[in-house]
Amino acid sequence: MRKMKALISGVTALACIMAFGGVLWAAFPEKPVEYIICFNPGGQSDVTARVQQKDLEKALGVRVIIQYKVGAGGAVGWSALAKSKPDGYTIAGNNIPHIILQPMMRKDAGYTTEQLVPIYLFETTPIGLAVRNDSPFKNVQDFLDFAKKNPGVITVAGVGTYTGHHITYLQFTDLTKVKLTYIPFTGAAPQVAAFIGGHATAIFGNSNDLVQHKDRIRVLAMGTEKRFKPYFPDVPTFKEAGINMTAGISRGVCAPPGTPADRIAVLEKAFDKVCRGKTFVSKMEEMGFWVDHLNAAEFAKWLAEKKKEYTDILRKMKMLK
Amino acid sequence: MPHSIFLAFGHLLEIENLLLMLAGVTGGIIVGALPGLTATMAIALLVPFTFTMNPASGLITLGAIYCGAIYGGCFSAILIGTPGTPSAIATVFDGYPMAKKGEAEQAIVTATGSSVIGGLIGAAVLLSLSPLLAEAALKFGPPEYFWMAVFGLTIIATLASKSILKGLIGGAFGLLLSTVGMSPIAGDVRFSFGLPALQGGIELMTAMIGFFCIPEVLFMVEERGKSYTLISYKRQRGVTLSTLAKLVRKPILLIRSAVIGAIVGIIPGAGGNIAGLVSYNEAVRASKTPEKFGTGIMEGVAASETSNNSEVGGSLVPLLTLGIPGAPPAAVLLGALLLQGMRPGAELYTVHAEITYAFLFSLFVANILMLPIGIFGGKAFARLITIVPVKLLAPTVTFLCVIGSFAIRNNIMDVAFMLLCGLFGYVGKKLGFHPGPIVLGLILGKICETGLVQSMLMGKASGSTWSMFFARPISLLLILLCLLSAMWPFIASALKKRGYFAIDSTGEGNRG
Repeated sequence: MRKMKALISGVTALACIMAFGGVLWAAFPEKPVEYIICFNPGGQSDVTARVQQKDLEKALGVRVIIQYKVGAGGAVGWSALAKSKPDGYTIAGNNIPHIILQPMMRKDAGYTTEQLVPIYLFETTPIGLAVRNDSPFKNVQDFLDFAKKNPGVITVAGVGTYTGHHITYLQFTDLTKVKLTYIPFTGAAPQVAAFIGGHATAIFGNSNDLVQHKDRIRVLAMGTEKRFKPYFPDVPTFKEAGINMTAGISRGVCAPPGTPADRIAVLEKAFDKVCRGKTFVSKMEEMGFWVDHLNAAEFAKWLAEKKKEYTDILRKMKMLK
Repeated sequence: MPHSIFLAFGHLLEIENLLLMLAGVTGGIIVGALPGLTATMAIALLVPFTFTMNPASGLITLGAIYCGAIYGGCFSAILIGTPGTPSAIATVFDGYPMAKKGEAEQAIVTATGSSVIGGLIGAAVLLSLSPLLAEAALKFGPPEYFWMAVFGLTIIATLASKSILKGLIGGAFGLLLSTVGMSPIAGDVRFSFGLPALQGGIELMTAMIGFFCIPEVLFMVEERGKSYTLISYKRQRGVTLSTLAKLVRKPILLIRSAVIGAIVGIIPGAGGNIAGLVSYNEAVRASKTPEKFGTGIMEGVAASETSNNSEVGGSLVPLLTLGIPGAPPAAVLLGALLLQGMRPGAELYTVHAEITYAFLFSLFVANILMLPIGIFGGKAFARLITIVPVKLLAPTVTFLCVIGSFAIRNNIMDVAFMLLCGLFGYVGKKLGFHPGPIVLGLILGKICETGLVQSMLMGKASGSTWSMFFARPISLLLILLCLLSAMWPFIASALKKRGYFAIDSTGEGNRG
């Protein structure tokens, strides 16, 4: 009897393996997936990908290899992705607003926003407006009152031109009708150093930098939808302060143009599982990021909205013809 | 912070890191000892291989190579009368005559001892100064960065080059190269010739591998027929100890040379060759018997070797605090830091404190390791100078250049660009243009442009662009330094007339 039972379970097991195995052999993926990171090793994009890597390998059942293609604010990597084989084995981290603004503002970006097929959006680094501790500006109103009386005198440090910080500055000045002087820096590190060192009045800073320096600065408003609870529960959002905007730099993953929809779906599902997992969520929150979960369709819709929003503001500022 | 210093010590005690240091110092000495292979080249070739290591191990290895290679230059300087690296130029003056007199071992022990002492003092200067300066670097705003970059540019044009005109042209060419790609401020793309790969500008490491390594390989091939006559030596009982004992009885010479080395190192753009020459010159001037210099005395060797090794620590001070390399090998280390995601500045001592301190402490260990390696391995290194054939060396180095430049971004375009830079560097060198000024121009150009545009924006906001540039205290000091270094050729010729220089200290170009 016992033998019989064992035999039956053995046969069932074998049948199961063969049945599923058959599906698995035919299924995607069956070889390592290359995950392109368009920024330097050790940067935020890299750290995020490294946090995902192990769980992603578990979810996909194949190795995930992180590759760096760095340069031109990400454009070197994205233009390489746009030319990659669309078989689902090559994906890249993508950043918003970068992938919208670069093709819009540069003649030779090497890719278009639409070429990068959205898979999943998992994280946003909110941007906040801050001044130093010793600043006379206690809140957004003080800041705006001074700016109205002294147009152009307040300097605001940001990273780059036609970037998340720059577009935040454009939207902010457009909505509040004040004039500020935007000073672009080449990266977050020199930007924060110049601001802390007193070379700029205020900063449009990434949440993680604001969190890191919270003892030396006063955050006036955050670009989140709801209050940035874990770190700045008392700081209003821009919307609460009467400025109808959100601000942030978001990260997701995308695939080359023409990647089959069923493969995108497999990747989307894997990322959804990983990015809702405890490891990812806790690690991201610990670093001062905001976890998002947009699936491929939501991501695509949101991208289109953002593109329209940015086109409008840049037209209005006469930066786009 | 004390916690991270503790962790940094932990990194040093890891067997893997100790072995990497040992290998780094030994490898560095070999590269330094081979004429034609420079310290800059050794680091440039190995940077791409270190970024798969963890950041601490990578930087520790590169630091050890830097120290070893600068020291290794003394072997060929003493034994064949040709500096193995440009830093060892002044070592030839007395080292080679000493060897000819039959005092080769004394010369090598002197060089080893003074290198270790100089290296340790330089590392101490770096460890004590740089954290303070990193905090003070917050006082550096865009106008200060602008003037600092201008200061660096005046140095490469005047002090660091044989010909002012050629130095200027080289530096200006580097500046032009720095404008390729996305502009650091306005974000528009310039001079990309429609190639998306050029949007990101010229990849610094790729350019450095090309400029620093390929021309040397080509020269090596050109001179393949050249054979060196090596002065051989036997290790004699007691010589090591008695020479070291004699050396430490000259504390003033050692300290003066080390201080000169550290200061020259801190000055952006001026490398180990200048440190050695200036320190040699000062040793001659301070001596009661200046006529003996050049005839083969240990003071001459000690002056040069102490200072070119303390220059190593000094050259890292402006690099770690401001991102401005003090010498060409430090420029390559900048590339390594950036690849690891570590931006120079205060953050190195806060966010990345563990790695930064591990690197700083490792320089002490690397310098101490030089003593036994140099004394016991000296003979083997000396033999290597003559037996390693060019037909083996040249292809190996070229091969490393190719995979190195590919590995940085996995981009085949970079390899082509590296080779192009290399050919350019070779032709340039034939015409008397050294790659040092070009590469420094490339690095300083971005800093200079960023500072200029940001200061103008700030000036506009504050109401006066002029006072933004000319009325800030640190800026004023830097402007003064710029003027001094721009006028240096005139000052130097005036001093020469008064017989100030014991030697021709314009040297052999800026190669480190």
